[in-house]
Amino acid sequence: MASNLMDNVEDVSLGLDLQGGFEVLYEVQPLEEEGDTEINRELLTDTVSALNARIDVLGVSEPNISIEGDDRIRVQLAGVEDQEQARELLSTQARLEFRDVNDELMMDGSDLVEGGARQNFHGETNEPIVSVTVDDGSLFEEITRDISSRPPEERQLVIWLDYEEGDSFEEEIMKEDSKIVSAPRVDEIIPSRDVMISGNFTVESAQDLAGILNAGALPVELEELSLNSVGAQLGEQSMDLAVNAGFVGIALIFAYMLFYYRFMGAIAVLTLSAYIYLVLVIFNWLNAVLTLPGIAALILGVGMAVDANIITFERIKDELRSGKTVMSAFKAGGRRSLSTIMDANITTILAASVLFYFGTSAVQGFAVMLIVSILTSFLTAVFGARLLLGLWVNSRILNKKNRLFGVKESEINEL
Amino acid sequence: MNFEKSKYKLDFVKHRKKFFIFSAAFIAAGIVLLSTLGLNLGIDFESGTTVEILAEEEVTAGEIEEEFSEIGYEPDDVVLAGDNNDIARASFIGGLSQEESLEIQSHFEEMYGSTPNVSTITPIVGEELAQNAIISVLIASVGIIIYVTIRFELLYGISAIVALFHDALFILIVFSILQLEINIPFIAAVLTIIGYSINDTIVTFDRIRENMKREETVETFEDISRIVNKSLIQTLARSINTVLTVVFAAGALLVLGGEGLRVFSLALVVGLVAGTYSSLFIAAQLWAVLKSKQMHRRRLRLEKKEEEEIEKA
Repeated sequence: MASNLMDNVEDVSLGLDLQGGFEVLYEVQPLEEEGDTEINRELLTDTVSALNARIDVLGVSEPNISIEGDDRIRVQLAGVEDQEQARELLSTQARLEFRDVNDELMMDGSDLVEGGARQNFHGETNEPIVSVTVDDGSLFEEITRDISSRPPEERQLVIWLDYEEGDSFEEEIMKEDSKIVSAPRVDEIIPSRDVMISGNFTVESAQDLAGILNAGALPVELEELSLNSVGAQLGEQSMDLAVNAGFVGIALIFAYMLFYYRFMGAIAVLTLSAYIYLVLVIFNWLNAVLTLPGIAALILGVGMAVDANIITFERIKDELRSGKTVMSAFKAGGRRSLSTIMDANITTILAASVLFYFGTSAVQGFAVMLIVSILTSFLTAVFGARLLLGLWVNSRILNKKNRLFGVKESEINEL
Repeated sequence: MNFEKSKYKLDFVKHRKKFFIFSAAFIAAGIVLLSTLGLNLGIDFESGTTVEILAEEEVTAGEIEEEFSEIGYEPDDVVLAGDNNDIARASFIGGLSQEESLEIQSHFEEMYGSTPNVSTITPIVGEELAQNAIISVLIASVGIIIYVTIRFELLYGISAIVALFHDALFILIVFSILQLEINIPFIAAVLTIIGYSINDTIVTFDRIRENMKREETVETFEDISRIVNKSLIQTLARSINTVLTVVFAAGALLVLGGEGLRVFSLALVVGLVAGTYSSLFIAAQLWAVLKSKQMHRRRLRLEKKEEEEIEKA
């Protein structure tokens, strides 16, 4: 069981607070030029699929994209190595535009063959480039004819990514992190459908740009409302600390139960171990993501499971003190504690469900964990403990051995 | 621990007024504090950015500030954390843009080889979250009252909800006094305590209900307080053992769980203590007072009816 447990622990997918990664909440806004397009469900789902296509480009294994409210999209990417690149790729609208030096639009993404962007190498310099294909062969020829006929200082075709109203070539080209991908000189007419975009590309960044162009432009503008980004090392550190704290906390609980409830404490230790194992199995099974609050809920859940044991054990001790035999004390104690445990657990589940329904992601994860813990603790602490203790009691080995239950002979009232 | 009544004369109900006064005074003082001192709302509720930097070795706030000014930033606050002061948390009121935070991240990544955590939030998100939390607590309270009224009776439900708000306020007040940062995990902690508080109170009420059924006549306030005292003593070992084990878990998280869980686990520990106090000294006593008033009213009504019937005859 121990090795099986470790397998399960390894399988649990870690939240981004534990393995590094980032979470962004975007507010979806209509594109500027289209002004008053309404943000509706359809537009939101389109945006989500566009984002999904981009995340494929990034090669992230378990992205989590969800729509929140009327105009928000939450993206969680755990285990992303280059967060900077990922954030840029996600929020870029990927509108490729070709403008002249006076910012006059010559050609844009709609004039290109869909899915036709490729990473390539420049024939002479062997530098990585991105090539795109123009839909209409004569269009590019026309544009190059126009530009090459201008005065020499204006003979540039400026290739923009995400041009916005108010941007200007002169200002943007000076910036270090410019929206201008490249601004090649055009001195002659180019009679071709294939356009090469050279820039300061590495093979990787050229592949990224090609991938993003193929994934398509975003139908909306995304503004970062909130961002939570965790470096891998810090995440790992918190994970280690939380797991350690968990072990210590659980060990203390086990020691206390053994000390206080003796034989019944041993049963509790067994069923609590089963509880922890089961919670992890169910957790994997739900494909849930373990976050810091989740670990906290798991450990707190152990406390709740212990409570169910304590309620039952105290009842059994009460019955023993009143002079009953071990067997009838076990029966009466079990029966009487059941409704108490039920009432207490149902009210807590009620609270957790409300949390889940109204909470945001972190709180929701916590609520799921709490509900899973309570249901599981019910199985192990109520049925499991009862079954195990019942077997021992029915074997009659424990008859008249009240000390094993932590009840002194002097405390027992004669019937 | 064996709290048999014959050995220990613990009268929980007799001193109820002291408990009520203590809690009322604490909460009244707390509300004054809350309205003057207020809560130290973390970045989750204010517009801003925090950058958490994991350095390779011990650093000072001055070093970090210098490092920031080198790349042209001025954090509003730098706090050190971690066992060896190797974590620095810089906050920027008003928030940083995507480019700005990326620049900071890559700068410190180059320096220390570890990417800093960055969280940016606009106040809308935090406010909505707090609003949601308050609404969910109110809805949960209504749900709990309905459930308890069906399973028990209304008076138990009312007392349980009073205890629940008592516990939640307790955490808020302690956090206001200590001026600890309120963040999203804190809200999760308060909600857990509400769950735990209700759990704890219900167990005691269950025993009171059971003992009520066993008594043949319950008429006076003395009868009720006898039953409440008996029930509290019967469940005392359980109350103490349960809270101890949960405190073991929450305490281990507090001491060993690291920065990310500190606020969360401290809120849990404070809430657990308040929760145990309220289920031992507030909830059952309040129920006893309400119950005796209800019985008194019923008796008056009965007597009135009888008088009327006599008059009619």
